Amino acid sequence: MYPFTYHKASSIEQAQALLDVSNDSKLLAGGQTLIPTLKQHLASPGTLVDIGKIESLRFIRVEKANVVIGAATPHAQVANDKNLVQKIPALASLVGKIGDPHVRNVGTIGGSVANNDPAADYPAACLALGATIRTDKRSISADDFFTGLFETALVEQEIIVEVAFPVPALAAYEKFPNPASRYALVGVFVAQVEAGVRVAVTGAGANGVFRMTEMESALVNDWSADALEGILPSVDSLLSDLHGAADYRAHLINVMAKRAIAQTC
Amino acid sequence: MSGTGIGARIERTEDKRFITGNGRYTDDINLPGQVYACFVRSPHAHAKITDIDVKEALALEGVVKIFTGKDMEADGLGGLICGWMVTSKDGEPMKAGEHPPLASECVRYVGDCVAVVIGESREVARLGAEAVSVSYEELDAVVEPAQAQNQNAPKVHDGIDKNLCFHWQLGDKDATDAAFDKAAHVTRLDIVNNRLIPNAIEPRAALGDYNPGSGDYTLYTTSQNPHVERLVLSAFVGIAPEHKLRVVSPDVGGGFGSKIFVYAEETACLWAAGKIRRPVKWTAERSESFLADAHGRDHVTHAELALDSDGRFLALRAHTVANLGAYLSTFSSSVPTYLYGTLLSGQYDIGAIHVEVEGVYTHTAPVDAYRGAGRPEATFVVERLVECAARETNKDPVELRKKNFITKFPHQTPVILNYDIGDYNACINRAVEMIDYKGFDERRKGSQTKGKLRGIGFSTYIEACGLAPSSAAGSLGAGVGLWESAEVRVNPTGNVEVLTGAHSHGQGHETSFAQLVSERLTIPIEDITIVHGDTASVQFGMGTYGSRSAAVGMSAIDGALDKVIAKAKRIAAHILEVQPDDIELADAAFRIKGTNKFIPWGELALNAYTAHKFSTDEIEPGLKETTFYDPTNFTFPAGCHICELEVDTQTGCVEIVDYVAVDDFGTIINPMIVEGQVHGGILQGIGQALLENGIYDVESGQLVTGSYMDYTMPRAHDAPPLRLDFTKTPAPSNPLGIKGCGEAGAIAAPAAVLNALTSAIGHEGISMPATPAKVWRSIQT
Amino acid sequence: MKVSMRINGEQVSADIDETQLLAHFLRDNLNLTGTHIGCDTSQCGACVVHLNGRAVKSCTMLAAQADGADVTTIEGVQQNDELHPVQKAFRQHHALQCGFCTPGMIMAAIDIIENTDDLDEHDVREQLEGNICRCTGYQNIIAAILSAAKEMRG
Repeated sequence: MYPFTYHKASSIEQAQALLDVSNDSKLLAGGQTLIPTLKQHLASPGTLVDIGKIESLRFIRVEKANVVIGAATPHAQVANDKNLVQKIPALASLVGKIGDPHVRNVGTIGGSVANNDPAADYPAACLALGATIRTDKRSISADDFFTGLFETALVEQEIIVEVAFPVPALAAYEKFPNPASRYALVGVFVAQVEAGVRVAVTGAGANGVFRMTEMESALVNDWSADALEGILPSVDSLLSDLHGAADYRAHLINVMAKRAIAQTC
Repeated sequence: MSGTGIGARIERTEDKRFITGNGRYTDDINLPGQVYACFVRSPHAHAKITDIDVKEALALEGVVKIFTGKDMEADGLGGLICGWMVTSKDGEPMKAGEHPPLASECVRYVGDCVAVVIGESREVARLGAEAVSVSYEELDAVVEPAQAQNQNAPKVHDGIDKNLCFHWQLGDKDATDAAFDKAAHVTRLDIVNNRLIPNAIEPRAALGDYNPGSGDYTLYTTSQNPHVERLVLSAFVGIAPEHKLRVVSPDVGGGFGSKIFVYAEETACLWAAGKIRRPVKWTAERSESFLADAHGRDHVTHAELALDSDGRFLALRAHTVANLGAYLSTFSSSVPTYLYGTLLSGQYDIGAIHVEVEGVYTHTAPVDAYRGAGRPEATFVVERLVECAARETNKDPVELRKKNFITKFPHQTPVILNYDIGDYNACINRAVEMIDYKGFDERRKGSQTKGKLRGIGFSTYIEACGLAPSSAAGSLGAGVGLWESAEVRVNPTGNVEVLTGAHSHGQGHETSFAQLVSERLTIPIEDITIVHGDTASVQFGMGTYGSRSAAVGMSAIDGALDKVIAKAKRIAAHILEVQPDDIELADAAFRIKGTNKFIPWGELALNAYTAHKFSTDEIEPGLKETTFYDPTNFTFPAGCHICELEVDTQTGCVEIVDYVAVDDFGTIINPMIVEGQVHGGILQGIGQALLENGIYDVESGQLVTGSYMDYTMPRAHDAPPLRLDFTKTPAPSNPLGIKGCGEAGAIAAPAAVLNALTSAIGHEGISMPATPAKVWRSIQT
Repeated sequence: MKVSMRINGEQVSADIDETQLLAHFLRDNLNLTGTHIGCDTSQCGACVVHLNGRAVKSCTMLAAQADGADVTTIEGVQQNDELHPVQKAFRQHHALQCGFCTPGMIMAAIDIIENTDDLDEHDVREQLEGNICRCTGYQNIIAAILSAAKEMRG
């Protein structure tokens, strides 16, 4: 790793103050993506501000019609949280499929959402459930938050505090893992929320996570796997690599969406 | 015999240190004053080096020294060598390109070493390596052998036309062509045997040390054969004379062939340690292992099988293009030739065989032996051909095999080998019974109702292990002998140290070798230590590869035990005042046959060293014997593996729902260890069939599958439960009847899986690895 | 920077480079070489240790992040001279060959058993996603973990 200075923050205010000290600082939460990036010399921040130990960022609570997850809450805690398993089992199940058990013991929702890896699982849940990402500065709807590959609406030195997920009437997630990396080659999250039917796809989009509005329209009238017959995204909008060409991914999106719907029926 | 001898399923003695974190691997060893090496590697597949500027790197705090290829050349060091001379069909010797440890003129694959930076810490060395500025003049590169053979293709080595290292052949072409002319049916297949990257979980590592007072060098390294490593570094590279170089292979975390070879990195570390007079350590990052460990397989083959109207195999012919990579690795030329062509008779009586192999250089990492080494490629050719022939001629694949099995031994094949023993029907019959072949049609219907395609595939493989005898290997081009050595030292207190030239890197020699000793000497296994992996303690040995250690290495130990027992009996006879023939060794005592008079083992051992009770004019004191054992023939493990699988037509995912393996390894020392070897081999074979692929970008020559993010390693959920059984025809070529078991799984499995998959999808047009994406595409109509 | 943590029951304080990984801290500074490093992309799991009772990849964590934590490595699993039931099961079932992935496997296995109810073969296979073994084909590892689970649950 290139040299950096490490600071452990014990509060958001302290983290903010530490970020203000230098202009090449970076937040460290669980570090399950950031540490490998640093090891490979692919990033060289001058300062790391560790917010992973801030107790007030580690929680899962039910707040009216939402389940709210603190930014530094590790995946394992989320996946096994009794309230979440009861309120949004699809989300708990998705989180239980992120990385591997060791990664889930350390990796956090804040880190995952802020990184917006196009093959990450959380963004699909955020988008499909219409989550709100609450930072130290403002609230951002998932629709506005994920802006491109590894790109989000976060501005410099903005810290995610928590993510609020509306409790859906029905929801499910189906993941087709990349055989090598085990990230999503295609992941489809379907949900019936107050805002309507929402279908979000991760792993496949050339610009990261995206909504399949055509599927949403079809499901509004007929919440069944059959309703999705023949509905495929345009291959032009999809990633293509050695594990799956765009047409295969398009096909898998349809298959995974149907399987997700079938889970709820 | 007690419960620890031959055939006993006992826990491994070496496990205690591994399960408690007390294994001692190369990277666990640190020496005073140690510094770290980091290699500057070529980012290009092919380029001329026009300048290497080390000024900036040397200025970094903590960078100790930087060496380039010119420094090594100036010191008079030789290049890395290939130890097997293959002769082309026109009688020309193979064309070996120069292989300097550090490239000084030209880089030939992505990852080729250009310079080594020595730093006070791992991180400093790495920063230093990044700061070395190498100017390259990029040249066109070629990674596919087919393209490399074009007249206008970029040349990997100057002066080697069409990048052709050798054009080798084996068998009788005229007889083969004549048999094809009268065939009733010919099955033809185009086959790709995918490139694999070995991925032992312990990355390669080296720690070189030099004592300026004595001039002694020591190299700790992850080697499967420390003596061969020492020989090459002494006699060919010329770092130090053999007696001034000690090579130690401590615990080694898996090899699978990739740690047989002598690589640039340990060469540079050892040499650099002498130059700077400090210990120099290097441990590969996994990404370096991907780039620079020798890869495996990578064949493209057209193969044909001729049958008569009755379904008898008349002849087989194959034309293979083997990708050798940019340089010849230590044994690379032998793999696609003598370890491949000689196995093309499979388990079958085939009248005529002819094979031609073109070994071609490309701008990729060197390709050499990887678990099975040539034999998986041969088995895949033969068993895919046989399965397809059965389908094309509407014959049952089991019956067609049985019709053509060799049943009389010894059997001389048309491709050198003389099979000495086997019972192929016994294996297939048992395997067919275990998998309930009769019930397959019902199971297939059951799968159909779930919307899945089900297939069954067979692989009746044969392999040749314990390559031997040395004179035969030599006549085929081997640069080394293929015997093994053993030394049995009985200590005065009666416990025993056995020094073997074989090397264990997971095979459990410390247990299975001790089981033989326990059985023969009738002493407890706790009183036996197996010593291996250190040239300072073990006399010359050939190391471990090619499933040779039990068949050859244990036979050597057996020979030394014969001598120890004979001498001990002579001593006992003296003491008991009878003839040696009157003495028997049983229950840890030398006893006068038919009497109650005996000397306990320990007392005899002590007497051997005190030498008070016998005349040293007649018998030398001490009890230590050595053997160099050279087998009279190869051994021929064989068996039948059957794979049953389901295909999810919506996603292309393949699930292996049942897998049975019935193997004939001759005598088995420890069934638990042997089963473990088979399990691991099969999963590597399944990995080749369904998951793993070393891919280079055709345009840039970059390794695309250069990490676990893109190279699919088999994980626990990829592994099906395996069901094993064994048959036994003891090998007549060695005293213990052992055939070898280390590679069988990797040899048999790919064909079993692909035969099952093609049976499920109903056509032959799919290549390894059959990834979900590929399977899905192959079933779209 | 200064860090202090409890490692295998003993309090350890050290002055370390801020960039140092926990895996290197254990291996280089404390000579706990049972923790291995087998890859650079956080996938092989040879480096797994327990941090505050849960399995983590020590090659994907700064030693600084473990400041104040309770760390257990393979060297700390054995109680006095008694092997842990998972260690015993690995030996009984021949769940290791070269031994390099073994420490991480055992640390992962203990976490799996302690944190999964009603463990079955499917669970074990899924939960081993973060641990790669090249030798065993996993068959005996799975048998060992299931057997140890039974033993640990009485």
